[in-house]
Formats: sequence, C-alpha cells, structure tokens
Amino acid sequence: MSGYLSIRNLTVCLKSGAPILRSVSLTVSAGQVHGLVGESGAGKSMIGKAVLGTLPRALHVTSGEIWLDGVNLLSLSQTERRKQIGATAALIPQDPLTALNPSKRIGPQITRRLVDILGWSKTKAQQRALELLDEVHIPNATRVMRSYPHELSGGMRQRILIASAFAAEPKLIIADEPTTALDVTVQKQILRLIAEMQQRHDTALLFVTHDLGVVSKVCDTLSVLYAGKVVEDAQMNRFFMRPIHPYSAALLAATPTYTDPTGSLTPVPEHVIEYVEKEVAEHDVRAAR
Amino acid sequence: MRDARGGEKRPIGMRLWLSGGWLTVLVLAALCAPLIAPKDPLMQDLFLGRLPPFWMDGSEPGYFLGTDSLGRDVLSRILYGARLALIVAVIAGSLTCIVGATLGLVAGFYRGWADRIISRFVDIWMAFPPVLFAILLIAVLGPGLTSIIIAIVVIDWTRFARVIRAEAMSQSAMDYVASAQVAGRTRFGTMMTEILPNVLPTIVALLTLEMGIAVIVEAILSFVNLSISTDSPTWGGMISEGRTSVHQAWWVLVFPLITLFLTVLSFSQLGEGLKDRFDPVLR
Repeated sequence: MSGYLSIRNLTVCLKSGAPILRSVSLTVSAGQVHGLVGESGAGKSMIGKAVLGTLPRALHVTSGEIWLDGVNLLSLSQTERRKQIGATAALIPQDPLTALNPSKRIGPQITRRLVDILGWSKTKAQQRALELLDEVHIPNATRVMRSYPHELSGGMRQRILIASAFAAEPKLIIADEPTTALDVTVQKQILRLIAEMQQRHDTALLFVTHDLGVVSKVCDTLSVLYAGKVVEDAQMNRFFMRPIHPYSAALLAATPTYTDPTGSLTPVPEHVIEYVEKEVAEHDVRAAR
Repeated sequence: MRDARGGEKRPIGMRLWLSGGWLTVLVLAALCAPLIAPKDPLMQDLFLGRLPPFWMDGSEPGYFLGTDSLGRDVLSRILYGARLALIVAVIAGSLTCIVGATLGLVAGFYRGWADRIISRFVDIWMAFPPVLFAILLIAVLGPGLTSIIIAIVVIDWTRFARVIRAEAMSQSAMDYVASAQVAGRTRFGTMMTEILPNVLPTIVALLTLEMGIAVIVEAILSFVNLSISTDSPTWGGMISEGRTSVHQAWWVLVFPLITLFLTVLSFSQLGEGLKDRFDPVLR
C-alpha cells in the first residue's frame, strides 16, 4: 500500500443500514498533510473516528480496509488494534474544553501516554513533558503541569493537547477541527503551531476541517466530502486553481473574501446540490447491486 | 491562569461546620454511650414515669430530658439509639453505594446489553413502594440488624444506579475518554481512571444523602416494630412509644424526633458541602 495511512473503500453504516460513509478512499503519505473538507454532517469527523476506533456506538464499519503503517486495522482484534493505534497514531480533538480529564492535573495526563505507550520511567516522562510544553510555547511549564484543566484557557488547553498528541512521536496525527472551538485570534496561532510541530516531527497529518482558508495554509493534498462520499481528491495547488468537481468549485466560490467584506455570500447553487445528490444516489444503487 | 486562586485554601463553610459538628458529636456520643449516659437505658422505674425535662416543674435531678411512661431515661435512650442509627447509616449507606454505583457505572459506560439488563431491573425495582417492600423483606428475613441493612440495600441501590449511570454516560461522551482510548487504554482501565474520578463527587454527595435516608428507613422500621428487638433503644421505637402519650409527656416524642431530624439534615448538608469542596471544576 502506498502512503502511511491508506483507506480503501471504507463504508460505515448506521445500525438501520443507512450509509454515513460511502466507499471512502484516501491516502496520507508519510510527513504530508492531508485536508478533509466538507460541510457539516458530511462525515469528515467520522473518517477520523473510524481510523482511531472511536466510532459512536450506533455506527459500524460494513466494508473496506484501513491500512496504517502497513497493517490493516480492521483485520486486527480489538486489543491488538488498540495497541497498534496507541503506538502509531494520536488525536488532536475538536473541543479542548472537554478533551482533558477535569479531575486530573495536566502533568500526569501528558506523562501517562509516555509511560503507557513507550514504557518510560516517570522521571524521564516528566522531563519530556516539560520539553514538549516548551515546544508548544507554554511559559512556566512547571506550574502548568501542576494545574487542573479548568484553570487554563481554551487556547492553552489546545496547546497542551497538541503537546500530548506529539508526545509519543506518532507517525500519524488526526486533527479533528482543532481550531473550531477557539477564538479567531487564537485559531491562527494554533494553526501555525500545528504546522510547526508537524514539520519538526515529520508526522503525517489528517486535517479535518470545514474551513477552506485553513486548508490552503496547511495542507499538501485534500479530499472534498459530500454526504459521506469523496467527490474530489486533489493536490493543493491544482485544487485552488482548477477545481474539477462542480461541488468543489461551488464550495470555493462560497468562501467569503477579505477584499469585499460587505458583499453578500454566495451559497452553493441549487443545481450543483442536485448534481452531487444524483451522484450519491447512483453510488448507492451501484453499492446495493 | 490562576495561582492567586489556587494557592489559598478556601475557608470551610458554615454548612460543613454545623453538619460536620453535629455528626461528630453524635459519633462520639454513640462510641462513649456507656460512659456518658446518665442512666441505664433499659432500667424501668414505674415510680419515676413521665418525669418532665430539667427546666420544668416536677423534674428529677439526673433525668435531664425526662423519662418515658415506663420511667426510662430519655437522654440515655437517645444516646444508645445513636449507636444503631449510625451503624445502619454507615454500613447500609456504604453497601448501597457500592452496589448501586458499580452497576450504574457499568451500565453508563459499557452500555449495550449490560445497560439494558441493569436499567430494566431499575425500572422494575422503582415500581415497588419502597417502605412496603422493606417491611415485606424484614417479615421474610426476620427482624435484626442484618435484615435492616439488607432491606435498605435492596430497596435503595436504584437511586445510585440511576444517577451514576446518567453521569457516566455524559462523561463517556467527552473527548478525553476518546483520547484515553486512542492512547491505548483498555475499556476497563478507561472506566477506572477517566470516568470514576469524575463521578466521585456525585457518589460522595449521594452517599451522605443515602446515610440520612438509611437513618430514616431504620426509624420507620422501628416505628412499626420491625427493627431489632423491641426493648433495645432506637429513635424510631422511642417516637412510636412517645406518640401514644404525646399529651401527657410530649418530650418522649419530641427529643428523639429533633435528634433524627438534625442527623438526617446534617448528612445531606455534609454531602452538598463536600461535593462543592472536592469537585475540581466547582472548586
């Protein structure tokens, strides 16, 4: 399989049989950033969750393969899979406010990964955690290590989550809309930080977002998702110059511009929605056969 | 960031002081009952029946809160009654908590068939009238301390199970639980290290509430003469006896009632106070 993370024809369904992801295929190469864009409910986050094995209870994978570091995750037992994921992948979650255990201090929450995954000693892990906090530009790291999550700001917590995601040197990081829950002013810093960390650690990054502006700054390649189906897979440069699929083009056209702040926003036109809906329906018919 | 806030210790509130104080007094009284009780709680003296408390005319020195119709000292009986009340509160309360919280945690975190079975049981259980259920149980098991405790656990575990299940469910939906799973934690490990510490404040609050309820249930059972042997002093038994002579000797009814009231109130207030204090988010 080419690529560090390679998803082949992944279909995820509700218990009732309604598809959430429709034969999704995508590839993230080692050290590359792959964007995953789409509107709300398109199934962007579900791809990340399917890879990490944290799909909601009501959903399950009906077919497809997820290759991570040369191993098909779906062929592993639950325990083996958890081990494989723990050793190779990590998550930067969407909402920093709920992603840290509120009853534990920051320090142990970072070091526990190192102790659990890499089998390090407590003191060594402690040392590394301090370095990591320094890497994500947190001043006064010793004091932060002793704090409880609720004592820190959202941006601070997101930095800590980034630090702890990179802690065990994973080869793949899934960032699930890491800036959505933050202030616009903090968003930019966090984006820059993720890009910086990704480059320093040479990690593959699957970047889930609905913000094309963000994608253009961070990603090398991207997939556009509509109703759980990949409508376009593209190189970054090419995509912004010549989007192939009409839905991608409409999405690009809908991005608000700085040059005309008072201009009205362009919605995705009706006929484009009809076009993709038809494609999705055709796909379902093919899949049912 | 805090520091100014986190460094300093918050003063213990009035609520914690009062409720904690009353319960400490009660525990000491129960432990030292043989030493501090002015009279033998079982000793009857029909010539000294229905003596009023010390500030009223006709009181006898030594009978601080008066005597009941059989001439037994009310204060001594309250002190000895505290023993049974506290034993029931602590043992029955903790057992109920362990059983209910464990089932609730498993149901709320694992969901699936475990949740279905436990929740169905809770629903069925809640349909029984609890006091009648307890009386029925004691009638079957025979009166005695063990039966009281079993009855309280059996009728009250659902309270814990329901609340802790809901709490565990809402915690399970949090991202930090997903993060722990991605970091290679087992399901069981996640439950113990991520969910349990976060439902603990709720468990503590419920536990103290349950202790108060256990005291009430014990009083109800002794009120209907289904507690331990009838002549040993219990608050419920005293209230039931005092009821018959409330016009001639109100103190036989009122003093145990006040003690019971303060104790149950203290338990619930202690729980609330502790929850506020130990919940890291509210703190």
